[in-house]
Order: sequence, then C-alpha cells, then structure tokens
Amino acid sequence: MSTPEAQRPDRPQQPGAEPDRDHGLDPAARAGHLDHPPRVGFFTDTSVCIGCKACEVACKEWNAVPEDGLLLTGMSYDNTAGLSASTWRHVAFIEQSAVVPRPAGDTWADPAGDDSDGDLRWLMSSDVCKHCTEAACLDVCPTGALMRTEFGTVVVQDDICNGCGYCVSACPFGVIGRRETDGGAHKCTLCYDRLGDGLEPACAKACPTDSIQFGPLDELREVAQQRVTEVQDAGRPEARLYGADPADGIGGAGAFFLLLDRPEVYGLPPDPVVTTRDLPRMWRHAGIAAAGLAAAAVAACRGGRT
Amino acid sequence: MPAGGRRGGEKGDKQVVPQAELTSYYGLPVVKETVWGPDIPSYLFLGGLAGASSVLAAGAQLSGYLELARAAKTGAAGAISLSMAALVHDLGRPARFVNMLRVFKVTSPMSVGSWVLSGYAPLTLAAAASAITGKLPRAGVAATLAAGLLGPVVASYTAVLLGDTAAPGWHEAHRELPYLFTGSAATAAGGLGLVAVPSRAAGPAARLAVLGVAAELTAERLIDRRIGPAAEAYRTGRAGALLRAGQLLGVTGAAGAGAALLGRPSRTAAVLAGAALLTGSAVTRFGVFEAGRASARDPKYTVGPQRERLREASSPPAGAPGSSVT
Repeated sequence: MSTPEAQRPDRPQQPGAEPDRDHGLDPAARAGHLDHPPRVGFFTDTSVCIGCKACEVACKEWNAVPEDGLLLTGMSYDNTAGLSASTWRHVAFIEQSAVVPRPAGDTWADPAGDDSDGDLRWLMSSDVCKHCTEAACLDVCPTGALMRTEFGTVVVQDDICNGCGYCVSACPFGVIGRRETDGGAHKCTLCYDRLGDGLEPACAKACPTDSIQFGPLDELREVAQQRVTEVQDAGRPEARLYGADPADGIGGAGAFFLLLDRPEVYGLPPDPVVTTRDLPRMWRHAGIAAAGLAAAAVAACRGGRT
Repeated sequence: MPAGGRRGGEKGDKQVVPQAELTSYYGLPVVKETVWGPDIPSYLFLGGLAGASSVLAAGAQLSGYLELARAAKTGAAGAISLSMAALVHDLGRPARFVNMLRVFKVTSPMSVGSWVLSGYAPLTLAAAASAITGKLPRAGVAATLAAGLLGPVVASYTAVLLGDTAAPGWHEAHRELPYLFTGSAATAAGGLGLVAVPSRAAGPAARLAVLGVAAELTAERLIDRRIGPAAEAYRTGRAGALLRAGQLLGVTGAAGAGAALLGRPSRTAAVLAGAALLTGSAVTRFGVFEAGRASARDPKYTVGPQRERLREASSPPAGAPGSSVT
C-alpha cells in the first residue's frame, strides 16, 4: 500500500525520480489541488486481453458516448479503428502470421497435439487516453476547458470548450478529437463521475480478465513491474512496459501498458515527447524573428534616404 | 517505411516474429491530423499581412511616407478584421469564442495570441479610422505606433502556434518557422504597399518585400536541410507544389519590387509585382499548413524519428538508462 495521502508532503517525491525535476512530481498538487486523493490510473495488461470489447461497450454506455460511424475496416476484428472524440476505449487486433515459439507448458497448445495454429499470434490491446503527467492537450488549451483533476487525471469541461481543436493537434498519441455533432473536444475522463463516488471506471469494472486494472498509480506501477518480470520469465522475453517510466517524454503516463511487441505495432508512438517541452525555445526564436521584422521595417524605411 | 533499427539490439527485444514492414497499426496515423480548415492558413496569411503592415505603417509614418502609411494602416485593419472572422468561424463552437479570454496561459500559444490580438486589433482599427477620416490625428499616430510595436508579435506567434503541436512537420520545424512566417508577413505587407501606392512613394514597401522574400527562401532552405525526415512533407505532394509556387511568385514579385526601386516602372508592373508577392505569401502559408497535415497523416514521420531517437539513446554507452519505454 502507498503512504496515506495525509502524511505526504505537499510535493511528494516518487522513489527514483530526481527531486528537482518536474517529472516525478504529483500533477494534482502542481495544479493546486492541496490535500488531494492519491493519483489514480490504469494498468492495461495486454497479455491477458481477449479482445471481447466489453471495455468499449461499458465506456460508451456509462458515458453516453454517441455512435461514431459504422464501417468495415478490414482490420482483423477491429471496426472501431482508433480513439476519437466518440471512442474513448479502443481494442486493437493485430494478427501476426509467423512461427511463434511457444514456451514450455504453454496453455494455448492444443491438448490433442495439433499444432496447426502455431503460426498465428493474435495481439489484442485496449487503448485509452494516457492521462499524461505532462499533458500537451492541457498545456495548449486556450480556454482552460481541459483541466487536471484532484485525482491527477485530465478532463475536458464540456461547458467551457469552444472547439478550437488545438488539443487535437497537440496530443502525441492522437487520442483526443473534436466531435462533428457538437463541435467540442472529447476524450476519456477516467470516469471522473464514478471516481468521486469511490467506484472504478466503467471499462475496468467490465473487463472480465483484469487486463484493465484501476488503482492508485504507485501501486499499479509496482504490480506492473512484477507482472512484466513474470511474463518474461514465463517465456515471453519481448514483454515490456509502455508509459510506466516517470522519466519518459511525458513524465510518465497515468494509463500505461504491458505490451508484447513494439509500441508502434499497436499504433502507439515509440518515444512520445510532450511538444511544450520545446516551447521556451519556440518563443525565443519567435522573439528573434519579431525583432528581425521590426529591424527590416526600419531598414526599409531609412533605405532610400542616404 | 523507415526500417532503421530493425535488427534488434534493444534489451528484451528478441525477435519473436520475423520483422515485417509493420511499423504502424494498419498504416493508420499515430497522431491526429489537425481539424483546422482553410480558415487557419488564411488567418496565418492575413494575420501576417496585418502585423507586418502595422510595422511598415509605423516606419512610414515616422519617416514621412504618409501615403504609404495610410495604405498600410488601412490594409492592417482590413486584414485583421478578416482574420478575426476566420478564427471565430473555424471554432467548433463559435458562440463561445470569448472563452479564449477566460484565462491567460503562456503554455498555450493560442491563448497568448488571443490576448495579443485583442489588444492589437482595436489599435489597428483606431489607426486606420484616424488616417482615413483625418480626425484625432495625434491619437491616430499613437495607435499607429502602438500597433507597430505589437505587429511583429502578431506576425511571429503563429509559428509557435503550429510548432507547439505533435504534427511532425510543424514541430520539427519549430526553430525555422518563425523566420519563415515573419519573412512571409514582410513579403505580403510589401506587396500590399506596391499595389496600393505609386512606386515613387512605395520605396519602403518594395525594400521590405525584397527582405521578406530573402528571409522566406532562407528559412525554407533551412527546413529542407535541418528537420530530418519531416522535410519530405515540405517537398512532396500538395505542400511541395504550393511551396514551390510560393517561391516562384515571391522571386518574381521581388524582382518586380527591385525594378520599382531602381527605375520608374509602369504602374501596372508594380501592381502585378505586388499581387505576386501577396499571392506568394498566401500560397506559402497554405503550403506549410498542408505539410503539417501530410506529416500527421503518415505514421512514418512520427514513428521513424522516435524509433531513431531510441536507437541512438540505447546504443552508445553500455548501461545507459534501461528505460522501459520500448
């Protein structure tokens, strides 16, 4: 169990994080939520995902997310295609046709000894908003509609968003979208309404295999470390955690994953970096360019005189 | 497409499946393409035209080119009015445009821009109104000078607006875009001056246009050389065609502006040069906008450089941070 919140200092330091870097810091505290509950998130263990899409359905139902187009994509069992304004959980299906070495005692093996399916590996993964520690969508939102909750999650306030669409271009994961019907930006809220009542998010609640685990982020990170070692030891050395490291380009994700292949295979960026990290340099160059324009105008106006 | 770094070498990255060309999820984009429509590149052009025109108006006012100053003030007021209309029109919920002024955030170039515009636009309108009606001349000059100070900011912040996104073509060019955009703004303002004022009174406009085109060409060259794979998005497709057209129009217009400075060209020739400069500036903005869109659409621009970054980070010293990102 993690330290009770009441005993924590205002700016708690996570083990392993350098004290004076922002990465490990508690985003809720940085956003001004003093005396807040522990930061929560998702650990999505794709090694036990069975592709049932109960998470997609539960999310749609609980949050009354509208229909987002019915299409036949031709992408395995995935006709959802990706996260968007009206899809907040998305189950990816990847068929890998090649000989997959099976670990000893693999329970997938046909008891009759028929190994004819041995050349197919099916990866399934339920994607969701990462609720980044350093969230680009939140940084660039000009209205303050995107906010950091007391749980450390990132939520759009629908009554404030004016549909400028900046967050859509800023997200390094392509999560948030603008809905055609109402013009506003929408994404996963980590079931903010349920959290307030002590309930877990609808997707985690509905997941029959516990592929989607919900809880305090500190605890989830420990669970995930154990799990990835377990899966590797069981003969899947390719298992890896994605988004669990507070030193990565987004300060660590609030929703992170155990993957069985490279992130890009699942449609995830291999090394996302929040765009606002470069913002000071951008403003500096813009300042120099602005001064250059002023200087050019002065030169142009004096040019003919001498 | 980018197959670099496929031969493994990363910890825990044993080849389970012989690597196919699959470096993305069914070729789908990783980041989302912008939802902004043609209103936004139009605004990039018009905002630049307004900002640089205000600088030119202030300079012309102070150095006695009063006819040029009046034209530039009028142009700035007209361009910024159209700009604001385009910006509101592009919102998903236009009725809520005032929410832009609900907070001020330096981390949001759009927030900064909204505040700058809300100070700048009234100044340009006041400056133009005074110049046209001849009323309140002192206040008019004060507004002209104040708008002239804010003008460069209006012309340059839009580069940060695009750079501060996850679209590889925009983000990777965040160092160069400010110079391209202020150059393009100067080109447009110079072009407007050449169209509006007879050549003998348009010297500053012609000189500004030549400097603007030079800055644009330099910045585009730097983008091509320095930003890595995303530069391809500036060279190819619609973006490439638009940018090449913009260069051609800019160089043609600059040549006309040069002729206007050296000789006494016909009024028609000067107007055509000015029109080429204005069109070139607009076409360039649409080209940059398209390059960003194209770079977001194709996952190779997102995945390739990130994969390369990981490879570089993991290869040199043994025992480098055993990051678990991959």
